[in-house]
Amino acid sequence: MENVLINKRNKIHPHKFALWAAMASITMMFGAFTSAYIVKQAAGNWLEFSMPMAFYISTLVIICSSITLHISFKSFKDGSESKYKNFLTLSFILGLFFVFLQYQGWTELYKIGVDLKGNVSGSFFYLLSGIHALHVLGGIAALIVAQLHAYTLKFKITDVRINRFDLVLNYWHFVDFLWLYLFLFLLISK
Amino acid sequence: MANVNVQEEDVLIKENGFNDHFHEHHHGDKYQTNFIFHYIFSMDHKIIARQFLITGMIWAIIGAAMSVVFRMQLGFPEESLTWIKPFLGKWIVVDPTTGIGKLAPEFYYALVTMHGTIIVFFVLTAGLSGTFSNLLIPLQLGARDMASPFMNMLSYWFFFLAGIVMFYSLFLSTGPFSGGWVAYPPLSALPQASSGSGTGMTLWLVSLTLFVVSVLLGGINYITTILNLRTKGMSLWRMPLPIWAFFVTAILGLLSFPVLASGFFMLIFDRSLGTSFFLSDIFIAGQALDRVGGSPILYQHLFWFLGHPEVYIIILPAMGIVSEVMSVHARKPIFGYRAMVYSIMAIGFLSFIVWAHHMFMAGVNPFISNFFVVFTLIIAVPSAVKVFNWITTLYGGDIRLNTPMLFSIGFVSMFISGGLTGIFLGNSAIDIQMHDTYFVVAHFHIVMGVAAFFGMFAGVYHWYPKMYGRFMNETLGKIHFWGTLISAYAIFWPMHYIGMAGVPRRYYSFDNFDAFRHFTEMNKFITVFAIIAFFIQLVFVINFFYSIWYGKKMKTKNPWQANTLEWTTPIEPIHGNWPGNLPVVHRWAYDYNKDEREFVQQHIPLKEGEVGDH
Repeated sequence: MENVLINKRNKIHPHKFALWAAMASITMMFGAFTSAYIVKQAAGNWLEFSMPMAFYISTLVIICSSITLHISFKSFKDGSESKYKNFLTLSFILGLFFVFLQYQGWTELYKIGVDLKGNVSGSFFYLLSGIHALHVLGGIAALIVAQLHAYTLKFKITDVRINRFDLVLNYWHFVDFLWLYLFLFLLISK
Repeated sequence: MANVNVQEEDVLIKENGFNDHFHEHHHGDKYQTNFIFHYIFSMDHKIIARQFLITGMIWAIIGAAMSVVFRMQLGFPEESLTWIKPFLGKWIVVDPTTGIGKLAPEFYYALVTMHGTIIVFFVLTAGLSGTFSNLLIPLQLGARDMASPFMNMLSYWFFFLAGIVMFYSLFLSTGPFSGGWVAYPPLSALPQASSGSGTGMTLWLVSLTLFVVSVLLGGINYITTILNLRTKGMSLWRMPLPIWAFFVTAILGLLSFPVLASGFFMLIFDRSLGTSFFLSDIFIAGQALDRVGGSPILYQHLFWFLGHPEVYIIILPAMGIVSEVMSVHARKPIFGYRAMVYSIMAIGFLSFIVWAHHMFMAGVNPFISNFFVVFTLIIAVPSAVKVFNWITTLYGGDIRLNTPMLFSIGFVSMFISGGLTGIFLGNSAIDIQMHDTYFVVAHFHIVMGVAAFFGMFAGVYHWYPKMYGRFMNETLGKIHFWGTLISAYAIFWPMHYIGMAGVPRRYYSFDNFDAFRHFTEMNKFITVFAIIAFFIQLVFVINFFYSIWYGKKMKTKNPWQANTLEWTTPIEPIHGNWPGNLPVVHRWAYDYNKDEREFVQQHIPLKEGEVGDH
């Protein structure tokens, strides 16, 4: 991505702006899913079930990961190398743990008889959390790249690296808020 | 004289221009080194624009040829089509005793479906906004390239890949998808529903998902470039109208295509994972399907939430192009610049809250329909503002009736004719009679099919010198225009009458309907003109490719004497667009015939005491 044209007069980096545009687009997609959910629920034939515990824990985990990543970003800018690396790794592990907990939640759902192929309310639950998990995996991929940079490149605070990290941080916060929204939505709309 | 002017311009940019140190870094030159990276995997927006245009043209020929085949069936159902057998193979069924060849009904549906999909998505979305957004956004804004040239390249290649998958599906032994371009379930959700619903539909979904990725990558780039990479002095209110149109188009695409993607994901779940989002109470061959609880209307909501903005994604770029071309060739400032911008925004906003007018007869609550009727009819207001402004721009102008101008005027004519029938169809009560008839077909073909093509042709003829350094042939261009205009009206005008009589669209044959028998001659008439229209488009194709190598050469930088920045770049296009500094903008793009000067380009500073902008 070196061949990006930067116009120094701008306050926001074009990449960051592009990321925000992409996040608006993803938001529209989940907006569509949840609207469809509301419409279908209102039409009846809707199975009620309570959300397994794993999803409550996973919500806490992803919020923690957002906080740790933020601390890591702050320490990078402040120049404390070890804190930056440690918290980055911690966020990565928490991210993986989140996906694992989601999987755990799906198996619990399956055990209580909520099947993907069964009532549409179950299908929606798997769809929403599944497609969200795919977006989290995208974030984890970005975190892997950030890790590689952290452990292979010489520690140096440059504009380019701050900017790159900022992009990862923004996206990770985004998937965090997205899950928070979906979690509350699924909780309240029951 | 012209040469002196050119040099003056260069000096102006050199001295007053804005130095962004672009040429000191040589970035980008590394991917311009050899043939493959210059012409194929290019990251230069001007090359990508041409890639979009030529790919779009290839798809337009395929899509149009399909319409000729199914019009043959509709106009001349008794004629033998054995002569097409070499092209269509088993889809022409030859009766062994009489030797008469017939188009297979299931392939007729496939042709109709593919015609819609190809023209709407591949030609009028990618071919139109992909081409001109790429070409004009950096050039007219004074940018070196797109915000991310790499993403821009990916955008084209995702489109190309989508095309390959769709093209492949045309050759399946079960045929391509045949359930209509809107892909409503259950025909699209159940592989066993029809011959095209199996592999054909799977490939259709794969292809369009790739296409959504392409649109999103492109759209993110266009918006970012417009907001971040304008040259000094290019405030939003100084942007030429095409850029405003591309900007709103990209926002519409960015916000509506993901909703289509959600519909597609749910469809994929229904098809492959056994869910029933869109399925309930279905009998296939007398057997009840065990999938219950879903609703096919849900898909229609998701589809049309994209589908309606999509028609503005198609028409807005054409509107922007026409505004610019008209102003240049009428030698007058565009009338009501701000009103034009506000109406683009209004149309963009309204396009998101009218989607259910495509579903009035699908079982939507009639009280909710009222809401959609009102907002649909309100769209007539900004549309009428735009039409008024185009006509007043022409009024009293020093009009050059060349091909781009003719196509622009043709666009306005088509937009009025097609727009008026939109006011009919926006009413849910009239839809009881009109829905799914040829009236609808005539309406949308004129207002977003032919009109958008006219906008595209106007743009191609106007910016051809910028793309290839040569002009297209004017005589052939005029033959193309008059031929297309006459045949387009001859095709679609009679369809209104057929539709008012209630003849349904998408039917293979009307043999069994006594009520529609007297339309046989009219259908023949339409088909004849459809064939003529197809061959006249070949005049354009020949003109286009002939002129790339043998057209009249562009000798001056600014052959149309236009104000926008793309005409200050060198005749031989270079990477980075401007050889030295970037031009600095001092005025809006429409200073034509101002203070005794015929045209004043955007980078020319204001004279003392001169009032700038609008």
